[in-house]
Parts: sequence; C-alpha cells; structure tokens
Amino acid sequence: MNIYVIMKRTFDTEEKIQIDSGEIVEDGAEFIINPYDEYAIEEAIQLRDEHGGEVTLVSVGDEEAEKQIRTGLAMGADKAVLIEDEDVENGDQFSTEAILAAYFKDQEADIILGGNIAVDGGSGQVGPRLAENLGINHVTSIVNIEIEDGKAKIERDVEGDQEFIEISLPLLVTAQQGLNEPRYPSLPGIMKAKKKPLETLDLDDLDLDEDEVEGKTNTVERYLPPEKEAGKILEGEIDDQVNELVSLLKNEAKVI
Amino acid sequence: MSKKLLVIAEIRDGEFRNVSYEAIAAAKEIDSEGEIVGVVCGDSVADKANELFKYGADRVIAVEHANLSQYTPEGYAQALQAVIEKEDPDAILAGHTSIGRDITPKLASRLKSGLVSDATAIESAGSEVIFTRPIYSGKAFEKVVVKDGLIFATIRPNNIPALEKDDSRSGDAESLEVEIKDLQTIITDVVKNTTSGVDLSEASVIVAGGRGMKGKENFSILDELAEVLGAAVGASRGACDAEYCDYAMQIGQTGKVVTPDLYIAVGLSGAIQHVAGMSNSKVIVAINKDPEAEIFQIADYGIVGDLFDVVPKLTEEFKKVLV
Repeated sequence: MNIYVIMKRTFDTEEKIQIDSGEIVEDGAEFIINPYDEYAIEEAIQLRDEHGGEVTLVSVGDEEAEKQIRTGLAMGADKAVLIEDEDVENGDQFSTEAILAAYFKDQEADIILGGNIAVDGGSGQVGPRLAENLGINHVTSIVNIEIEDGKAKIERDVEGDQEFIEISLPLLVTAQQGLNEPRYPSLPGIMKAKKKPLETLDLDDLDLDEDEVEGKTNTVERYLPPEKEAGKILEGEIDDQVNELVSLLKNEAKVI
Repeated sequence: MSKKLLVIAEIRDGEFRNVSYEAIAAAKEIDSEGEIVGVVCGDSVADKANELFKYGADRVIAVEHANLSQYTPEGYAQALQAVIEKEDPDAILAGHTSIGRDITPKLASRLKSGLVSDATAIESAGSEVIFTRPIYSGKAFEKVVVKDGLIFATIRPNNIPALEKDDSRSGDAESLEVEIKDLQTIITDVVKNTTSGVDLSEASVIVAGGRGMKGKENFSILDELAEVLGAAVGASRGACDAEYCDYAMQIGQTGKVVTPDLYIAVGLSGAIQHVAGMSNSKVIVAINKDPEAEIFQIADYGIVGDLFDVVPKLTEEFKKVLV
C-alpha cells in the first residue's frame, strides 16, 4: 500500500503563547509534531506493517520542520517530503490545500492520514479540503481503522457517539485521540532516520505560482485574552462554603 | 446592497441544535438588513424546518431525500451544492459541530473559497466582516477577514447568543428536489454514548473531574451533580490517561475546547494543557484540596476541601435551590 501522512510542526502544548507586534513569538519555544498527526503516523506504520508498502510523510512548512519530520522517520516512516512555503503570502488553509493537492496529483496514494486538527490553528480544514480536491473520500475523527480487500472499516467519534463506517480506498482519514498509542522513537530508529530520504520541494518544483496559492483569508490581528484574575476562595466550615457558593452562583454570577 | 446569507441548520434527535439558531444571529451580525435563508437536510424535515422562521430566518429551504437520513459527506455536499448554486449566497454560516467541521471544508474546496472555522464573535466594519476565533485552543485569539468573494464560516456553539424566539414569525419551508446518489460512505451502525443527552461542546454547564477523582467509579458523584444542573461531564487529560473515563470526555488543548456559562472543576490541578480548553468559560468554580493548585488562579470561586465531602453536599444544596 502507498501510505501517506500529512503532518505539521506545532508549538508544544505545554508552551505559553506570547505575542509581539501581532506575531506569535517562536524564540525559545519547544516544537513538536502536532499530537493528532502523531496518531496518524503511528497508524500509518501499523497499516504498513500489516499490509506491506511504504509510509511517506508530507509536511508543508519551513526548513525548521525537518526536526519533527526526522522524528516521524525515527518512529518508523520510510521517507519524507518537505514542501517549503516561505514564498506564500498570507497563507491559509486554502494555500496548504492547493500546495498538497499539487504534490498528491502525481502520487498514487491508497490512503492519506492526517490529524483531526492542528493544535495551533485548530481549523481542521486541510484534510477534508485535500480529499475533495483530489476527488477521493474522506472520514474525519477516526478512532479505529481496519483495511481488507481495498475497503476500510472505520469507527469514528461523533461528539462522543461512535459511528461505524465501511468505505472504499483510496481514502483520506483524520485521526482522533484514542486511535492508538504513538510509539517513542527507539535509538536504532533515530540512527536509521538520519539516512532515510527526505526530499525538499518548493513551489517551482510543483509548478505552482505564488498567486495560485495565496490565502483567501487574512489575519489582521492576534492577541492574548485578558488575564483572568484569581477569584474568591471561600472560607469557613465546608457546609457554609457550599451554601455560600450556591448563593453566589445564583445571585452574584447569575449562572444557575 | 443587502446580502443573502445562507445558514446551514442541523437537526439532532428531532430538534434543531441551538448553534443553528446562533448561526442565524451570526448572519444578522454580518448584515442586519440581509435576507437569511435557512437550509436543512434530512429524510423528513420540512415540518420541523419552520422553527427556523421563529429564530430569524426569512426563508427556509428543505432538501429531503431518503439518502440524507444520516450525515455523509457526499450526500450533504450534493444537497448543499444544489442549494448554493440556486441561491448564489454572499455568505454561508454553519455551526462548528461534528457535521459542520466535516462538510464545510469540503464545500470550501469545491467553491475554491476561504473558510473561517470556529468563530466566536463577528463584527461588521463598513464592507468588511471581521471574525474572531481562538488559536492555540484559546491561549490566544486572532481576527480574520475574508479577502473577497464568498464569506464562509463556522460558529462555535455557545458564544453568539441566538435571537429571542418570535412566535409571531412563521412561514413555509420551500422544498428543493435534489438527486442524492452514489453514496460511498456506508454507515453500518451508530452507538450513542452521551447518556445525559448534554453534549460537551454545547453545554451551558460543565462539571469536570481530574486525577483527584482517584478512580473511574468515583465519577458517579460528578454524574449526580451534573444531573441536577443539566450539565455535561468532562475530564482532564490526567483523568483520561489514568483510564478513569473515555477520551471523548477530555477537555483541553488535545481534546475539546469549551466555553460554558459555568465550569465546575473538581480535583483538577489546572495544567496549562487543560486550562487552554476551558479558561474562556464565563464562570469557573474550582474544588481542590490543594490550596496551591493552579486552577485557583483562574477560578472565580474556589473551595479548598476534600471533593468527596464537598461535591455531594453541593449536589444537595443545588437540589434545594433549583426545585
């Protein structure tokens, strides 16, 4: 099987966010593979081990993403492609879709896996957009997948309910938490990853003009929410505190 | 010139989801003079569809087909594309729900348009429409404009208040015949797990437990509190990792991001990962035996005490007040 994973480098979820002149401050921040993409990589490796074939990681970003891609290779993916998007003005989800579609139109993917959302932008658009662009089916938010005879049996999470689906390949799926337990790269895995092929492409290589991939939306401002002030810690006997709390919620906060 | 605004509404368990009404209010924010066209898909929805008039829709279109009885991306895309081609709207809005998240990127790709996902506020400044949306799960926010062409967005539940129901408004839904064919997605089964019927993303009150719950069985005290309040029950990553509860209940940067009116955090330390998913709740109550717990830094009200003592008492007190 030709198995592909679309992955993104993101801020570590433990990081505090700082903004300077409308831009997110990246200096000194820890970066990781988007956690949902990590589930996708793990599942891709498991599918390959069961069905044979190759796992290719595809990421759109800048050269810094090489570190996270190498981590994915160390987990067990076979090769990777980094598509540099530095020339893209005001890129948005449309831009990423267009870039990935230009790459994938020359590939014969049986299955493309991605994360349900990226923990930075959080839109969850790129997966379904790419599937539509490529004319293949998509299933989002999957928590289990089994493939047999060109068909996938999938369980997906629908706001806490479970939906069971059967659908033919080729297919794009996005991973929800609970799909699997991503492995840590082993030491031999890390050594091997250094020698695995990592191809770097730019827009020219994909015959794309900057204009074609310019974003359709524009971020005009970024800001931090007002810092929440610590509130009232109640005092006294627990019974009295409970009474006071209910009264405050009813009469002061007016939320019940 | 006033705009035509299409609102994709959603029926679940026989009722419109509240976020569908909120999306109508969002459409009004974009153009208060505009024509709001509600659209609803299903196998038999025209009667129900009339509810949308009472919440501000000027026209309602029902696409009814046996193949729309359950959501599939291909089925809904065919139905909605037919409506979009017929109506040629200036804006399309939907709830940021499981269906909204799944179908809108597919449509946006087809329409070669931008899409603003998960908007929490909308303002109109002249000809420009500015959407506010959380990034980094609410650790920060961004304001986004659509450069030109179609305005397309999904609305986060529980942020833009629905218009007051106006029973004097009524109308008849227009029926649009669309052939829905070649479905690829075969849904073989659906298992409902949301026992309380209150969905986390739409709940106005949430009770959430952390590692301090000490075990799966102890979540029953949260269920009891939630039942009295009509609340949904959530959990921290710590509680999910410890297998006290299912990952579907996880609130945080990985997991669900919620903005209820009242969030009661029980036995939760307040790790940054979790706080990202709930800190924009309107009122936060923290119950924790550790007075140094980070959660007290963002709580409006806090009780320092043993949750196994406090929570049952709180349930009893709410019972008294709410009957």
